[in-house]
Amino acid sequence: MNPALDSGMAPVATPWFFYVLAGLAVASGVAVITRRNAVHAALALIVTLLSVAGLYLMLYAPFVAGVQIIVYAGGIMVLFLFVIMLVNIERSSKERRFNRIWPVGLAAACALMALFVSAIVKGKTVLADPMTGKALWPDIIGRLPESSNTQQIAGMLYGEAGRMGQYTFAFEIASLLLLVAILGAVIMTKKKI
Amino acid sequence: MLNQFTSYLGSNLTPGTANNQLWALMYVLIIFAGVSVAVICMNWIERKALAHFQVRLGPMRVGPHGLLQPIADALKLMLKEDIIPAEADQFVFWVAPLIGLLASFTVYTVIPFGPSQAVSDMNIGILFMLGVSSLGVLGIVVAGWASNSHYPLIGALRSSAQMVSYEVAMGLAIVSAILMTSMNASGTGTLSMIEIVRAQQQQHVWFLFKFFPLGLIAFAIFAIAMVAETNRAPFDLAEAESELTAGFHTEYSGLRWSLFMLAEYAAMIAVSSIAVTLWLGGWMRPFPNLLSAPAWDFIFSLFPGLTFGGLAAIALIGTARMPAHSFFKIQRIGLAVFAALLGFIALLLLVIAVAGRSADTSLAARFNQGIGYVYWFVLKIAVFMYLFIWYRATWPRYRFDQLMRIGWKVMLPISLGVLMVTAIVGVLVK
Amino acid sequence: MSSPTKDSTKEIANGVSSRGLSSLDRASLDQANLDLETPEKPYLDSNELIINMGPQHPATHGVLRVILKLDGEKVLGTECVIGYLHRGVEKIAENRTYTMFNPYVDRMDYVAAVSNGLGYCEAVEKLLNVEAPARAKYIRVILTELNRIASHQLWLGTHALDIGAMTPLFYTFRDREEILKIFERYCGARLTTHAFRIGGCQYETYAGFEKEVKNFLAFFPPKIDEYEALLTGNRIWIERTKNVGVISAADAIALGVTGPVLRASGVKWDLRKAQPYAAYSEFDFEIPVGENGDTYDRYMVRMVEMRQSLRIIEQAVNGIPEGPIMGKVPKVIKPPVGEIYHSIEAPKGELGYFIVSDGSTQPYRIRVRPPSFVNLQALDIMVRGLLVADVVAVIGTLDIVLGEVDR
Repeated sequence: MNPALDSGMAPVATPWFFYVLAGLAVASGVAVITRRNAVHAALALIVTLLSVAGLYLMLYAPFVAGVQIIVYAGGIMVLFLFVIMLVNIERSSKERRFNRIWPVGLAAACALMALFVSAIVKGKTVLADPMTGKALWPDIIGRLPESSNTQQIAGMLYGEAGRMGQYTFAFEIASLLLLVAILGAVIMTKKKI
Repeated sequence: MLNQFTSYLGSNLTPGTANNQLWALMYVLIIFAGVSVAVICMNWIERKALAHFQVRLGPMRVGPHGLLQPIADALKLMLKEDIIPAEADQFVFWVAPLIGLLASFTVYTVIPFGPSQAVSDMNIGILFMLGVSSLGVLGIVVAGWASNSHYPLIGALRSSAQMVSYEVAMGLAIVSAILMTSMNASGTGTLSMIEIVRAQQQQHVWFLFKFFPLGLIAFAIFAIAMVAETNRAPFDLAEAESELTAGFHTEYSGLRWSLFMLAEYAAMIAVSSIAVTLWLGGWMRPFPNLLSAPAWDFIFSLFPGLTFGGLAAIALIGTARMPAHSFFKIQRIGLAVFAALLGFIALLLLVIAVAGRSADTSLAARFNQGIGYVYWFVLKIAVFMYLFIWYRATWPRYRFDQLMRIGWKVMLPISLGVLMVTAIVGVLVK
Repeated sequence: MSSPTKDSTKEIANGVSSRGLSSLDRASLDQANLDLETPEKPYLDSNELIINMGPQHPATHGVLRVILKLDGEKVLGTECVIGYLHRGVEKIAENRTYTMFNPYVDRMDYVAAVSNGLGYCEAVEKLLNVEAPARAKYIRVILTELNRIASHQLWLGTHALDIGAMTPLFYTFRDREEILKIFERYCGARLTTHAFRIGGCQYETYAGFEKEVKNFLAFFPPKIDEYEALLTGNRIWIERTKNVGVISAADAIALGVTGPVLRASGVKWDLRKAQPYAAYSEFDFEIPVGENGDTYDRYMVRMVEMRQSLRIIEQAVNGIPEGPIMGKVPKVIKPPVGEIYHSIEAPKGELGYFIVSDGSTQPYRIRVRPPSFVNLQALDIMVRGLLVADVVAVIGTLDIVLGEVDR
């Protein structure tokens, strides 16, 4: 492989990029749920997914970022848009935006956020597993060289050096599940086979 | 700043690897300008080539032999009234061409014009390219929807369904090629574009000819799928004029429409360069191992200069054949100037080829090598562009259901089969 | 013409079914009965929708309006609205003398004007009981067959363009120029030629006529090969045209379809052989017949017809007899009281003239039976169950000229 890469590229302006991408993700996430127009919401979701892909890149996981773009932004969102456009949902853009029990929703959301924040903060030190000593959210697991991200994932999925990978079985089961879903979709939509 | 500028000149890395933001930006600007110029040239070539296929001349009046026609077209499109349909969604209508343009142009960051002539050698290069070109589908879908008229909507949904279907076959063909990169001593393949070409160099074979005919079939699948991806004939039902449902860009006029055309041509060049990188050896000159003597290197390095010289000669012949009427005086002068320009470039390239014929690291030699890489790459892409035009001139277009049938029932099984057989052959050969 | 209402469509269906059709019964015709009275349903909520094609459309070969009833992509039925090119030619005929009406006839099927002229002149000659001399008949045959080739070339170019092959159009038009040059040198006009007169031909063949026709006979066969090389074996062409727009022989006869459309469905019926006129009985040629009655067969039938026309022209030009070119026709043409129907095999089908004479110099009534008008009825049957993209192909394969349909 290219030796310059394995030594690890010096990242550039990391905090700036992080804040921009994270802010973009949050802002477009808010846009997803507040837009009246369903197509605007779908486009905002695409922006969210792309910024998350950028965040994956910053975590030195380029394969995950690439697959996120291909599968999520390029495949699933196209499907979303197809469905939005083929189904006439203009009615919903004229309905009332927020219903009357919105304080309850707000309280539930705040409670959930408090739970997440406390789990992250406390998990760093307090919630350590007494037997192995590993914390819930350890600071750095280990920075794998970027060039081997693809190979590591492949090793976990397919196995290497003659033994089965960690997730091979789950991978195969998941692909069978997808096959069943595809067949089901085809059967349900065709008028006659 | 100046240090960043000059420190890169001596290195052999891509700007991304060398962590040089300034040069990365420069490469991006050069690529942007280059692709735009290439699209303009493509426009002229398409009109002239199509015309010659159809026993007519094509543009002849705007500039000598129509050479200024694309500029006139661009000017006209820019000056046209910007019509937006009444009930259309303003923001989405505005953003749709941008999505397509972004997707088409972002692919160029990973395309290697040479071993260090790429903006960034991402080690997921191919994956990135696949992902970003699938974002182009979004631009079309959104454009059709934003026009607020059911004909463009149907056309857009059809176009995008077609693109998505052929992306599957395209991806599998690409995986076959990637598989071939791992047929080396260490058994590790790579997704990086520059490494793929290096793998072809190390294995002494273009992947087109590897495990014959497997590489050829995978290449053929990709070649057909890329024509369908870019909505070109014979898969251009969605933009045909004689069909009932007009294309997704019906409601777009003027500059917005030209952005769509720009995106389409840029996508054509991008997928052709993917094909060239994966199967045709990228920037490598023909027979780098068979004819590897320095004399052969020198002969092949003369090709860029000779090509421009040939073009200059054709332009000169055109000047000589112009009618000697006063009406044609300006065209004659224009064509003569164009011939002179081409001749000057040819001379420059020949001088560089001669001056840099030794394989040392002098400036001339490095220029010579760089020019050689870019030349062979662009030449191979030019072959594909000509094929695109040839297809459009010769064949009728497929009906939409036939198109989808081919994508799913013919291309997908064949590409799966090729992938499996390649893998089996690769294991057996090891 | 006003747009047909529901009632008039039912009337047509009634009238047709009372004559006992083979497979076209009232139920199947009613199925396509386009319900134009009820308001159009919201677009994407239901599957059926009514789409309008034309009258301005790149692919309808003139001003033809086709209303399609679709179920998703499949066509359930069509309705053609014609009359956009109606110029009242038959009414004009009642106010012109027979000689004066001759040029009007060219303008109906403007692509094959020579055939129109031939049919009309022969009909009037029959009414007058006059026969054109042998030399005139040979000249007529040569020019009519050249016009058949020209008409088929135009059909081929436009039909291929509709299906998406852009290039054959330019090739056929380039080669058609040779024929049009011959016409221009003969009678002064390329398209609406007014080549014949009642009783024979007015113009003697110009010096070099035979040589130019023979040059054309040598020039053209490689061109047909060129067209066939582009289309006949082309996988995409075959997929677009095979089994598209099938009409069975029984349906074709029941609807009165004639010409290459009928022959492609397997019926060997050509008026040049069945009811020979002009000098056709003296020539040896074949009638191509298809098997399936689909678009591909119609394409092949017309290609073979072009080659057979070359055969006829060759035999004719090699044996033009000497003699007068005009028969014994009075200066003022006043046919006796009576009526006549005379039909010829125009490139598009059976072109018939029904002339009623009341003894004066102006006809009482001329009714033209245009082949395109009758063939267009078959459009409805042919496109049932096809996709929208095929409708364009079927309209092209019927080879209609709106000037003839509307008159």
